[in-house]
Amino acid sequence: MIDERLRLRTPEGAQLTLVPAGIMPRLVAFAIDMAIRIAIYIAAAIVLGLFKSISGGLMLILIFLLEWFYPVLFELFMHGQTPGKRTMGLAVVHSDGSPVTANGSIVRNLLRTADMFPVFYLAGFLSMLVSRRFQRLGDLAADTLVIHLDQGRRPETSVHVPERAPDWPVDVQDQQTLVAFLERGQALTPERRQELARIVYPELPDQDAERQALGVARHLLGDT
Amino acid sequence: MKQRQFEALNASQWQDMETLLDQLEAVRQQAVPDHPAVRDFPQRYRRICHQHALAIERGYSLALVDRLNSIILRGRRQLYRFRLPVAGPLRELLLAGFPRAVREQGAWNLASAGVFLFSLVLVWALVSWRPEMVYALLDEQSVSTMESMYDPASSLAEDRDGSDDVTMFGYYIYNNIGIAFRTFAGGLFFGIGALFIMFFNGGYFGAVAGHLVNVQHHEPFFTFVIAHGAPELTAIVLAGGCGLRLGWSLIAPGPRTRLAALKDAANQAMPVMYGVFFLLLAAAFIEAFWSPRDLPAAVKYSVGGTLWVGVLAYLLLAGRRWGARHAD
Repeated sequence: MIDERLRLRTPEGAQLTLVPAGIMPRLVAFAIDMAIRIAIYIAAAIVLGLFKSISGGLMLILIFLLEWFYPVLFELFMHGQTPGKRTMGLAVVHSDGSPVTANGSIVRNLLRTADMFPVFYLAGFLSMLVSRRFQRLGDLAADTLVIHLDQGRRPETSVHVPERAPDWPVDVQDQQTLVAFLERGQALTPERRQELARIVYPELPDQDAERQALGVARHLLGDT
Repeated sequence: MKQRQFEALNASQWQDMETLLDQLEAVRQQAVPDHPAVRDFPQRYRRICHQHALAIERGYSLALVDRLNSIILRGRRQLYRFRLPVAGPLRELLLAGFPRAVREQGAWNLASAGVFLFSLVLVWALVSWRPEMVYALLDEQSVSTMESMYDPASSLAEDRDGSDDVTMFGYYIYNNIGIAFRTFAGGLFFGIGALFIMFFNGGYFGAVAGHLVNVQHHEPFFTFVIAHGAPELTAIVLAGGCGLRLGWSLIAPGPRTRLAALKDAANQAMPVMYGVFFLLLAAAFIEAFWSPRDLPAAVKYSVGGTLWVGVLAYLLLAGRRWGARHAD
């Protein structure tokens, strides 16, 4: 496989597939979290302004806590998701797919400074480009990943061709290919669909080849 | 069995599980609804793992496999989710875990302390020998601020009130704990970042101390720093030790991959970093509320000395197993 999906086996015997999140969705999530923090600072500045004498000190403590522990708090108590990550459908997990632990979350967030080095997360950016699983330096040390939670392919298979039995012994790979053709073909242009169908039935005209392939796929699925 | 039959047979289970997961993910982690479905969650989860394996084996469609995969992934995150550590682990950490972890990486702490003291002594000696050298290290304005701040003729407590103490408390937390965390993170660059911060801080302290001795302002300075210096300098040195350890795990990983060595080093250094956090919290408190008080030098030196002895004794002795006779 040449995609970025990560396959692993869990103790329950499941073969899980994780989809690590790339730079763009993480950047957007980061921007959302940043906006939330700024909103909190502004609100805090207004509220603390009422207590002039101690506001400076409390503000500094608040900045300290939010800058270092905002992600830790949400990653531990909101299923590995800061509000930004939640919006983007991302979550932090350990590389074995289990939820992030306290240690893991704190390591990855304390080492954030190293990712920021020298400016604008350059080190983290390079690390994510080099790493096969889009991990920044903090992720590498904490053994965590940011993954897409919803792999969300819910295709419509409203194709109206009569089903027909295959005229060759179908193996699992054929079956998967044909079913994928049925489910995902609607996203392709008709020309591309016919081109693919020609691989199955090179002897038929393109239109018939497509109908034939889809019919076999429906038969394999068990559509009636 | 054809895929549609399989789906018709099990779809209601999957639907239930998805609904349950939606509920579990919506509530805050501590409040688990006491629902019968939650009690047999592990069985349901295992059944879906099984169905997922069947779906792959029988060549069912990607969409179905993905759907089951997503249920398993979400279920797994609920099954093994983080539980709030209660007071127990924290007490364990402070009574035994932290000092043990510190001793366990003793060599790194000594290296970090060595770098810090080396640059401190070097710069101090330099400034004592050639007083004008201080201007090579600090700019003129910060030198004069320093001089007036520790002027024996003026008193620190005079122009400070309670609100300044709180402000300074916030500042020390924000600044000092941030420095410690950055020292740790700096270790990730083969230890260079941590070395640099240790060297820089040692030199800075040496320059200030050397200069204030030169201008005869040393007593206000030393009475100010001695008490909170105990937890603060120790904590910075420990953070440097953690950073160096991270760096060394990348330079010489031993019989492991660099990545595995780094993960181990980070995990083992974490109890020390938790302890550093608490030490710096204590230091910020002392620095803000005790250090600026105007008290006789003898009092401040003895309190400060006691703190130094206390911190070092804590790190060296706490959490040792003394054998059956001294079992606590």
